[in-house]
Amino acid sequence: MARITSGVACSHVPALGVASDKGITGDDYYGPIFKGFEFSKQWIAEEKPDVIFLVYNDHCTAFDARVIPTFALGCASEYQPADEGWGPRPVPVVKGHRDLSAHIAQSLVLDEFDITIMNEMEVDHGLTVPLTMMFGQPEEWPCPVVPLAVNVVQYPAPHGRRCYALGKAVRRAIESYGEDLKVCVFGTGGMSHQLQHQRAGLINADWDARFMDLLVNDPEFGSQIEHIEYLREAGSEGIELVMWYVMRGALNEQVNEVHRFYHVPASNTAVGHMILENA
Amino acid sequence: MAKAYDDIPGTIVFDSEQAARGYHLNQFCISLRLQANRDAYKADPEGYIDTFPMTPEQRTAALTEDWLGLLELGGNIYYTSKLAAFHGINFQELAGLMTGMGSTDYRAMMVSGGRSIDGNRYQSEWDENDDG
Ligand SMILES: [Fe+2]
Repeated sequence: MARITSGVACSHVPALGVASDKGITGDDYYGPIFKGFEFSKQWIAEEKPDVIFLVYNDHCTAFDARVIPTFALGCASEYQPADEGWGPRPVPVVKGHRDLSAHIAQSLVLDEFDITIMNEMEVDHGLTVPLTMMFGQPEEWPCPVVPLAVNVVQYPAPHGRRCYALGKAVRRAIESYGEDLKVCVFGTGGMSHQLQHQRAGLINADWDARFMDLLVNDPEFGSQIEHIEYLREAGSEGIELVMWYVMRGALNEQVNEVHRFYHVPASNTAVGHMILENA
Repeated sequence: MAKAYDDIPGTIVFDSEQAARGYHLNQFCISLRLQANRDAYKADPEGYIDTFPMTPEQRTAALTEDWLGLLELGGNIYYTSKLAAFHGINFQELAGLMTGMGSTDYRAMMVSGGRSIDGNRYQSEWDENDDG
């Protein structure tokens, strides 16, 4: 049977993708950030997941304003990196796992999570930047990815509590899949940041630290954080952090935090990153 | 109707009301993520933008790159960033423009830890500053 062994939380700042694509990962500005992921690259090379279940959001790229699914599960055999206005990132095509996706889709709906099924979907920096941070610039991504896109752009995003419950349902889905697969779950986005209007540039490092602590040690409580708190304390785009709770819900109640990294800034954003293993 | 997030300063929450207001504007912006549409807009800005039934205010804000105005008129940052990309402006430069700080000062603020949350939670905190 398939099993989930670990979770990765990771900001998906587009500038980090640009820095990696341009090979400027060692300068004064980006160097400290990429250094914070050196441990992670080693860790995932040893962990060797067979599949990554990757929770992210589309940033008005694959989804325009016509259709805005709250939870959309990728069920395709591959996902092309999208043009977000600057040309597509020069990174490998993301291979999917259609069979596992189809199984998860069925399981989630029967488990009362009425997700949208995406048989074709381009993927933006929300998905490709975390892969870059964890794997660098390989010829091919080392394993297939099952993407779950969450609406966090048009208010309201799903509640953290709902994301946490969805993570538990994702776990039930994966653990009922017949093939013996090792799955790592990524929760991406955040941390505190605001990209828009006159309060742009907001960073709240204390709040971010508390968020990480709660995520590890008391997710039941942390998943109760209300939208108004995210908006006010973590910035209007900080609400992406609800996606980390899908990842957390898919893990054991007890986890070992094997890595934590936090850095300000990348562009407009506080970069947060954690690796959690099932205890 | 008053909303819980109305009192967050310098912030426009892209809720269903804003999304409805900005629908055609945002569809225009996202169209620019494709090269063929960028070429069409470049060749004939007014002709291209007129294929989107937005309001005259939205049309003017888009053509004059009024980044704050675009948000107030229903634009969302992830849409307007596509228009910004068309003009060669990235997210950080866009923030420099929206805050009125300019790229250099904005970048310096970020490097020194970003905009503090203290004094930036409530509109009343900004109003006090204006008076003082
Ligand atoms: Fe994002």
